[in-house]
Amino acid sequence: MIGQDLLGIEDLEREQIELILETAEGMQEIASRDVKKVPTLRGRTVVNLFFEPSTRTQTSFEIAGKRLAADVVNFSASSSSLSKSESLLDTAKTLDAMDPDVVIVRHRVAGVPRKIADVLDAPVINAGDGAHEHPSQALLDMLTVYQQKGRIEGLSVAIVGDIAHSRVARSNIYGFTKLGAEVRVAGPPTLLPPGVDELGVKSYTSLREALDGVDVVMALRIQTERLTGALIPSVREYSATFGLDRAKLRFARPDAIVMHPGPVNRGVELSHELTDDRPSVILDQVRNGVALRMALLYLIAGRSASRGKEQASG
Amino acid sequence: MDSEPSETHSRVVLDDEKIRRALMRIAHEILESTSEVESLYLVAIPNGGVPLGRRLVENIESLSGIRPGMGILDTTLYRDDLTRRGMRPRLRKTEMPSSVDDRLVILVEDVVNTGRTIRAAMDALMDFGRPRTVRVVALVDRGRRELPIKIDYAGKNIPTQSGETVILRIGEEESEVEARDESLEVVVRTQRGAHDADAVKEAQS
Amino acid sequence: MDRVLIRGGRILDPSQGRDEEADLLIEDGKVAAVGAGLSAADAEVIDASGKWVAPAFVDLHAHFRAPGQEYKEDLASGGRSAVAGGFSAVCCMANTDPVNDDPSVTQYILDRAEKESPARVFPVAAATRGLQGEVMTEMAALKEAGAVAFSDDGAAIMDSSVMRRVLEYSKLVDAPVVVHAEDRSLRADGVMNEGVMSTRLGLPGNPVEAEELHVARDVRLARLTGARLHVGHVSAGGSVDLIREAKEEGLSVTAEVTPHHLSLTDEATSGYDTNTKMSPPLRTRKDVETLRKALVEGVIDCIATDHAPHAEYEKAVEFAAAPNGILGLETAFSIVSDLVRTGEMTPLQLMERMSTAPARIFGLDAGSLKEGKSADVVILDPEATWTYEPAEGFSKSRNSPWSGQNLTGVVEATFVKGRLVYQAGRGVVIQ
Repeated sequence: MIGQDLLGIEDLEREQIELILETAEGMQEIASRDVKKVPTLRGRTVVNLFFEPSTRTQTSFEIAGKRLAADVVNFSASSSSLSKSESLLDTAKTLDAMDPDVVIVRHRVAGVPRKIADVLDAPVINAGDGAHEHPSQALLDMLTVYQQKGRIEGLSVAIVGDIAHSRVARSNIYGFTKLGAEVRVAGPPTLLPPGVDELGVKSYTSLREALDGVDVVMALRIQTERLTGALIPSVREYSATFGLDRAKLRFARPDAIVMHPGPVNRGVELSHELTDDRPSVILDQVRNGVALRMALLYLIAGRSASRGKEQASG
Repeated sequence: MDSEPSETHSRVVLDDEKIRRALMRIAHEILESTSEVESLYLVAIPNGGVPLGRRLVENIESLSGIRPGMGILDTTLYRDDLTRRGMRPRLRKTEMPSSVDDRLVILVEDVVNTGRTIRAAMDALMDFGRPRTVRVVALVDRGRRELPIKIDYAGKNIPTQSGETVILRIGEEESEVEARDESLEVVVRTQRGAHDADAVKEAQS
Repeated sequence: MDRVLIRGGRILDPSQGRDEEADLLIEDGKVAAVGAGLSAADAEVIDASGKWVAPAFVDLHAHFRAPGQEYKEDLASGGRSAVAGGFSAVCCMANTDPVNDDPSVTQYILDRAEKESPARVFPVAAATRGLQGEVMTEMAALKEAGAVAFSDDGAAIMDSSVMRRVLEYSKLVDAPVVVHAEDRSLRADGVMNEGVMSTRLGLPGNPVEAEELHVARDVRLARLTGARLHVGHVSAGGSVDLIREAKEEGLSVTAEVTPHHLSLTDEATSGYDTNTKMSPPLRTRKDVETLRKALVEGVIDCIATDHAPHAEYEKAVEFAAAPNGILGLETAFSIVSDLVRTGEMTPLQLMERMSTAPARIFGLDAGSLKEGKSADVVILDPEATWTYEPAEGFSKSRNSPWSGQNLTGVVEATFVKGRLVYQAGRGVVIQ
């Protein structure tokens, strides 16, 4: 069993991650049916509360909810200015009064899903908060690696790019290390967060060293407009030093796979050929996203009972 | 929650030999009731239905010379009690290698009691197409039905009390899907001091 | 004639180095006598046996929000909160609305305090107009109106030349300049200490170097100008070395530390509790240890609360968007008396850091139980425990990280100018 909410991979035990992955594998079969829908969450309401637009994640949760026969409501709240933020908890409370069975929260500020979970009766799934965590993305990444490699224990995984501002990196660091993989992070020194080694990873500023003998290479999206000038001199230099192409991939194991949470800045993080062709597994990631999120909804939705009681029993 | 250990008493009601005989008899009955062996499609409900289904496939093939198709259909996502309980049972494998359209589908289950699992299995089946006929095999019919579900082929009727659980034991494991060619036995467990409702719940699952 | 006899307590008077069991007699608002076996006819007698009797605390750093933000705090609620925490004197920062950069505002604060506050209030005036860090304030007029020190506090003066002139000019009025040492350009968008915790939480970090840079700069400007520099709420262990060197060099540099920087670390932020958000931010265990040691050694001179009330709805927002600061007055003694319980400090040392030392730094007539001094006295029970519920406290706000916690160390009673203004169990008593 997993807890009431899913706010981050950091909170999960290895067994809980394994249960989620196993359940997601069970869900994959549904996508191959003619009728891609099961009645499991019939009469349940899934609310997508997205303060920050993210078509991919939102759609993925929406399809997942619908395949489980839940009613999915998209609630796009504006978070355009922090000065309006006093309405954050009001929004959450308004939502709670409508008795949702699970609320999926996305926000550009770290910690918001946690804050909302504190006031909601319904369980909360974090769909990405600032530079904190993006647990469903990391879980689908783990599922993808597991299915490609048959295992996670003992693998070497290199995460490349803007580690400092990446919630995907953090969630994957926790997840893969909990499952027994060796995790390396690589990027320009300005994009490596302070103390990252204390999270149980090794950090590199040389791509060549970071990729040496790894089984999995995960490139992260670079927010070019935000980083250029302040943290990296130029996109061109980033692409030359940390952009992946077939030549650089030769440092990794011959059977290494290439991942990216999307959307890819083609020619920046990944060359065109690595975006589209093997060993890229980017489309498998997207496909696994639906099954994985079905698993999360199945395991979490409707388990609202009473927050007070849950806390009392630990 | 009362955690006082309750005394458990187990007795074997069907040993492997009796199960073999029952499944051979059921294979005969299935063949007697249809002239279209080619359209037979055995759909086993995990976990217990799977080894039984495999034996039935063998039996039907040996009797008719035609090997019927077999699928595995997990009913977990179709359960009618998911909305009422906090727990989420683990999903089991579903493998439906061929279409069920216009087939004579035989659902294979180890123990049928309330009929709720069969109800879920029928709903699941319909999501895979439109079978011409659906029939049900149960190795054990406990007979405490809560829904209008009829067993077409029963191995043995074992009327039970509340507080009793009927389990298909496969080899050392209980209802392990992967185990093949292990000896099977059906045991009735009686838990004295167990809360009635708990026992019923367990028996349903 | 009002006479109060506090009998049988442990007298802790750092101004005389006195630590002994004795009685204390208050007469006409002043300390009349301290000694064994005092008796006074028709005096109200308070039994203080087993308790500490010390000069009431002096806080060099608080935000009473008036004028302008009375929904957070005002001089009445702030003053009540102060005496409930054992403080008889509070120095209020200038970031009010309007800013206390004009004698009329200083006068307003003093007038309201006189009417409403059971604690004595000493305004700290702005160092530059509007806290803009550009044009220095009329320090002479402000001092004349009652300002005791000058500070732009949270709006650290970034222009070193302006800072230099502020320090230089402050010598005219012989008042200390209080700095919130922080290089704001290095802090950037940081909202918590930069380190593994900020990485884990995905929040922008504020490195200790942002503070250390400004402490280093301001210490050198104190040398250049010969002015009195008081470093507010030191949070970084590295600042301690800079302050120690300045003192060894003989510069007129003093420093304060808050109860929260002496007790909490950035790990308190793990749940994104905005009541752990303050500026400077909570640092690491190592910093806390360094600060505690520095306070024991006297490198850091005193404890100040940085009492910073904010309305509940202002704090109930995203961590990054929440305003900085927490309540401090009512919990200060409980939090810092831990230094005595651990054996790091003697009770007399702790009382010195909370009363005599701060009074000396700002030149306030407080922090002493000498005969003839204003009878600002606190009675403390260092062993007793209580549960802190901000809703039951005296501040208008509730933003405390210690909310609902069991704390050790109780303020039994507070006297200001000889008047009993607070008594545990009775609350704030205005006679």
